Amino acid sequence: MKKLLSILPLLAVVIGVHLLTSATDTMYYLTQMTMSAYYSLLIIGLCVLMGYAGQISLGHAGFFAIGGYLSAALTTRSLIPYQGTTLVSLLDSAGLLLSGHDLYGEALLVVTPWAACIIAVLTAACIAVVIGIPVLKLKGHYLAMATLGFGIIIYRLALAMEYFGEADGISEVPAFVLLPGVSVSGNFSDRVQNYYIAWVLLLIGMVLLLNLIDSRVGRALRGIHGSDEAADAMGVNTARFKLQTFVLSAVFAAIAGVFLTHYNGGIGPSEAGVMKSVRYVAIVAVGGMAHLWGALLMGIVLNFLSLRGIFGSYDDAVFGLILIVIMLFAPNGILSINVRHRLRQLLGRGKQDRAGEV
Amino acid sequence: MLKIRNLESGYGKIKVLKHVSMHVDPGEIVTIIGANGAGKTTLLSTIAGLVKASSGAAEFKGTNILKTKAAVIPGLGCVMVPEGRQVFATMTVEENLLLGGHPLQKQGKQVMTELLEHQYELFAILRDRKKQLAGTLSGGEQQMLAMGRALMSRPSLVMMDEPSTGLAPLIVKEIFQIIVRLRDEGNTVLLVEQNAKAALGIADRGYVLETGKIIVQGPAEDLLANQDVQRAYLGREKVEEK
Repeated sequence: MKKLLSILPLLAVVIGVHLLTSATDTMYYLTQMTMSAYYSLLIIGLCVLMGYAGQISLGHAGFFAIGGYLSAALTTRSLIPYQGTTLVSLLDSAGLLLSGHDLYGEALLVVTPWAACIIAVLTAACIAVVIGIPVLKLKGHYLAMATLGFGIIIYRLALAMEYFGEADGISEVPAFVLLPGVSVSGNFSDRVQNYYIAWVLLLIGMVLLLNLIDSRVGRALRGIHGSDEAADAMGVNTARFKLQTFVLSAVFAAIAGVFLTHYNGGIGPSEAGVMKSVRYVAIVAVGGMAHLWGALLMGIVLNFLSLRGIFGSYDDAVFGLILIVIMLFAPNGILSINVRHRLRQLLGRGKQDRAGEV
Repeated sequence: MLKIRNLESGYGKIKVLKHVSMHVDPGEIVTIIGANGAGKTTLLSTIAGLVKASSGAAEFKGTNILKTKAAVIPGLGCVMVPEGRQVFATMTVEENLLLGGHPLQKQGKQVMTELLEHQYELFAILRDRKKQLAGTLSGGEQQMLAMGRALMSRPSLVMMDEPSTGLAPLIVKEIFQIIVRLRDEGNTVLLVEQNAKAALGIADRGYVLETGKIIVQGPAEDLLANQDVQRAYLGREKVEEK
């Protein structure tokens, strides 16, 4: 309940942004705000994994891509050639298939977005389990390298497989009708609606994670971050908690992938790229690692700026630079600087207690 | 309570413990003394499931725990206070304690509050410090926190690994008095110590571990009087002076 209340101001800001843009006739900003919200969904999930459980992942763009690519492929690739196989007829009888016509008027038989979404997210979760069991035994650099390897494999698969459109990716992804009249799509007429869909999804994710980190599980995760062995000796099943968090963050990434792909109407291999993973890690670091609100704020701000094209062709370079600067000057994140600075100003003393330091 | 027979354990090819047999009965303080590298910590870690035994048996309250995972053992009632405290530095004192109660947390808030209250009574300083980050405590306070954290799971056996490490003599005395008090309240303690004199001073029984083998065992007073033990671990001259 308290967590719900802490979300309310944010909800007010969300509505405020909408009203402001509509008053100043700058509604086009909402498009980037929507996309930023989806990316931030991935980022808050990664924040719990990295900041609270202390496990780095340089492969989260991979999970994002699994979600996005699978739902894109399932909702666009026609199953007509396979009509008559048991799997397809099984799906059909379960009402999970949709028939229609493509751009050129040819008959099309595809999986419904809801079913595709569930299949995509479940697949991402299963892959996270399979990858996570061996990989989470590693620590530090080794874990970073193993997850990096996973990210590269997904990127290369997306580039290599015809089913996933190779370098072109998949386009013409249909709208995702959540409820009658409510659909995730890039149509201009649905812009406001999609802005709210994205933000409500992000807020739900935020409430879930805030509750999680404040519970027995959250305490266990922070214990693991402090010392694996000591946590184990306290009766915390470290292997299981690490895996659960890894899978949870992968699910957040996959859901973000599914929704953003429907919103964009397509997905390309750059979404699976390694630099995307690095960017997500950089944003979590800027936000302050173990700081969900910081991760959320930075996720929105940096993604928004990047999507608006502020950084131009130096986009990836900027995120690399941010990572270096943050590690050097504010390893506890942007927000920690402000807190300390303000404390110092308030009390007018050079020496201040190390409230922000961890 | 705890029975160990012919335990062999170590790291990879290196055997640290060789045919160690010992036991701990309910309500006593048993101490294991020995020099650096004798295998004291390995023995505790093996019991706690953090190091795998290669052969032998360890029964805790009648069940073999050698194959049990480390995270399950505290739930059975056997908990370790690790060497060097190992408090979770970035968490507050109260969060550290709550984490120690992890195996019992499903029993609800009421139980947790009672347990917290009990630890604050036992270690008054922790109450004053409960909102403070554990990393900012003094060594002695961290040791108390580590003990309180272990007691949060209502263990039947508390294993302490070198609680005197790096503490001022005065604080060591205080810690040892608390251990005696724990025993008097009905707890069972297995105490591993390099500070043989202090440990034998409060223990009921003791074992002397040397290069992975138990060479002497018996009531604490006997060990204190034992010539070999005096020479090797107590510093003979000092004992003679007294």
